[in-house]
Amino acid sequence: MTDGPALLRATGISKSFPGVRALDDVHLDLRHGEVLALVGENGAGKSTLLKLLSGIHRPDAGTMELDGAPMSPAGPRQANELGISVIHQEFHLMPDLTVAQNIFIGREPRRAGLLIRDDELERRAGRLFERLGIPLDPRQPVAHLSVAGQQMVEIAKALSFDARVLIMDEPTAALTETEVATLFRIVRDFVSPRTGVIYVSHRMDEIKEISDRITVLRDGRYVDTLPTAGTATRDVIAAMVGRQLATGVRPEPAPGVADREVALAVRGLSTRALLKDVSFELYRGEILGLAGLMGAGRTEVARAIIGADRSSGAVEVNGKPVTVRSPADAVRHGIGYLSEDRKRYGLLLDQDVVRNVMLSSLPGMTRGGFVRDADGRRVAAEMVDRLSIRTPSVTQRAKNLSGGNQQKVVLAKWLVRDCDVLIVDEPTRGIDVGAKDEIYTLLTGLAAQGKSIVVISSELPEVLRLADRIVVMCEGRVTGTLANADATQHHIMELATRFGADRSLVTTGGDA
Amino acid sequence: MNVTRLGNRQQLQQLLAFGGLVVIFVFFSVASPYFLDWANVKGILLATAVTGIMALGATLVIATGGIDLSVGTGMTLCSVMTGVFLANLGLPLVVGVLGGLAIGALIGLLNGLNVAYLRLPPFIATLAMMMVAQGLSLVISGTKPIYFSDVPGFGQLAGGELVPGLPNAVLIFFVAAVLAGVTLSKTLTGRYALSIGSNEEATAISGVDVRRWKVVIYVVAGLFTGLAGVVMASRLNSAQPGLGLGYELEAIAAVVIGGTSLRGGKATILGTVIGALIMATLTNGLRIMSIPQEWQKVAVGIVIVLAVYADMLRRGKEA
Ligand SMILES: Nc1ncnc2c1ncn2[C@@H]1O[C@H](COP(=O)(O)OP(=O)(O)OP(=O)(O)O)[C@@H](O)[C@H]1O
Ligand SMILES: [Mg+2]
Repeated sequence: MTDGPALLRATGISKSFPGVRALDDVHLDLRHGEVLALVGENGAGKSTLLKLLSGIHRPDAGTMELDGAPMSPAGPRQANELGISVIHQEFHLMPDLTVAQNIFIGREPRRAGLLIRDDELERRAGRLFERLGIPLDPRQPVAHLSVAGQQMVEIAKALSFDARVLIMDEPTAALTETEVATLFRIVRDFVSPRTGVIYVSHRMDEIKEISDRITVLRDGRYVDTLPTAGTATRDVIAAMVGRQLATGVRPEPAPGVADREVALAVRGLSTRALLKDVSFELYRGEILGLAGLMGAGRTEVARAIIGADRSSGAVEVNGKPVTVRSPADAVRHGIGYLSEDRKRYGLLLDQDVVRNVMLSSLPGMTRGGFVRDADGRRVAAEMVDRLSIRTPSVTQRAKNLSGGNQQKVVLAKWLVRDCDVLIVDEPTRGIDVGAKDEIYTLLTGLAAQGKSIVVISSELPEVLRLADRIVVMCEGRVTGTLANADATQHHIMELATRFGADRSLVTTGGDA
Repeated sequence: MNVTRLGNRQQLQQLLAFGGLVVIFVFFSVASPYFLDWANVKGILLATAVTGIMALGATLVIATGGIDLSVGTGMTLCSVMTGVFLANLGLPLVVGVLGGLAIGALIGLLNGLNVAYLRLPPFIATLAMMMVAQGLSLVISGTKPIYFSDVPGFGQLAGGELVPGLPNAVLIFFVAAVLAGVTLSKTLTGRYALSIGSNEEATAISGVDVRRWKVVIYVVAGLFTGLAGVVMASRLNSAQPGLGLGYELEAIAAVVIGGTSLRGGKATILGTVIGALIMATLTNGLRIMSIPQEWQKVAVGIVIVLAVYADMLRRGKEA
């Protein structure tokens, strides 16, 4: 079918880490001018394969070819020079440097070989953003950007090389629809007869839209490569997980929600930076969705409630007014918050699964002041089982887990803490379809046990799948509250753009 | 719009440290009639010079998220070696001075290799170097001071007044500060120091040879140690092998008071200069007011807490 060699080909690739066989005899070939989707469950080995292609790890066995010539990049720099550009699943940015300094790190233009020309750096970054249509300020420190903004910096950085192969590992996990549209336009502009894209995502609709073929991995093994056009989504999913999944489920309308107790009431919450008079109620046993575009203030609401940011307004738990000055206060009042940024606020990367799972519950796990490690290990093992966290053992360090499995560890931490009110911010970011379903079942189950849950999500299908009621926000204000039965994606978007679409990638919140 | 806001922010930071300096200055001027005497101010500036030069190098290392405990005794070793070169071996002045700087660079090189290639924590690597340098200074000098009385012109290096009224040591400090400032903000050495301090792994993934650059950064810091050693020797017109211990903490305090973050990623040379001035002014002022030395230390400790806390308040939660 193809004449001449593939643009990029990997054959018989194997790679093991201590205790894990991440890849076992895997194949992949990327043709000229195509977008190849790479899919598989959490821990299937997608990121590992990409790290081999970009020289971060070296394969134990197998060969890689670029345009028919053997290649084995010795490091990221060399991969770049070969024309392979990667957007990694984990951000690799220096928060204290500016956007422009981040993008051109290692390639600074200099005067007389010595003095860095930051003005030129900023001009180049500005031109790049103009070409890509990304609204970013080159002089902004990266620390001031939202997660979405940081993702756009990564994308711009990857495209600042003269790349022939663009590899993207879940680039849209932190993006909302508008930014995803921007990204897809960028990808389409990039593809030409001499280039190609490898695209990893857990979002099937995106894969349908952007890719030409789909390569499926399962448990570190190659399953199949399918043409996107002729394949139904459920068949792709079946190849990934080895079984069929139900789709399009909506929660049962909860009868008489209004008669039930209010577990959490928020009244007139305002912050100096963004929030204006946010009020809502969360009933016992309810899942409340918080929807809105990036920058609408959903995360800020959560942070204000748990006392991570200063705010005015009142919070009531079980009908009693409470003062929450810090996240520790919040936990004491039975409010848990699962952050959207697991790297920054959710995980101790250098600690093992047990430590991470136990972190919020340590006081309940001690005897005479000493931590009972055996209990911790038992509980962690239970969680690993219950959430099907893929790890060789509970003593594996968090940073060695795949992205999706890290997310499950964060979730496990809060499940162990057993809070009455749980605020989950993007709970399924980077989680595969199968595990997503498990997490949905889990959250619904918790609600059925009488826990009250606020779900913040940028994925509207997720909100519709989970939430009994949906609070929609726009520019720091609540623009509407919908019962699930009355809600449609269209209706929510309308409320979310009430004050005109938000174009800014910079967090308006004062927190850095 | 964003740009001006950021600019203002940085100015504010320096204003804060500078404001602190002014307050201390005014306080002592009111408290003691001798404080504002030019001879006394000159004394303060002279006292600032040596610690200040060490603090400049330490700022670069701290920008990477590291620490350099070897600047104090390292400075002494450089003094002693300058003495060996000039007084004992009778080498020409230029050679002796460059030799002193080279010893500083060598100390930095070893620190850098230990940190970057043996992957020792900077605290440990430089703690070891601190002890090695102290020991070597004593061994090489036979625990006795080396005098430069027979080296014509050496004392003039720091003590002379190229600009009338201003001792050269102070001039050297200011020139060194400008060099350090340019290094930090305009050269790859400084950029990668901040980048490593900000996120080391990301810097490596971006294709920067982190290990090599760490060595470069420690060597540059070592050069400042060497310069401090030469200036110190010239000021005293002798190399005192017993000195040096404790200077590193004063240097680090100056860096921190100036607003450089010990976590790395954020650093300011102007801040360090102001920090060094604050330290020297405080010590001098308290002495003039006849506060016993023991209490001077207490006061300095309190100022460190206040300065760093104020800096953190200004930055909000991020610090
Ligand atoms: N550095 C490492 N050390 C030990 N194990 C590792 C390391 N990197 C990856 N693994 C393991 O290899 C397996 C494959 O991980 P990988 O990150 O490639 O999965 P993935 O397909 O990208 O998953 P996700 O969709 O969750 O991102 C996992 O079991 C993971 O725990
Ligand atoms: Mg991955």
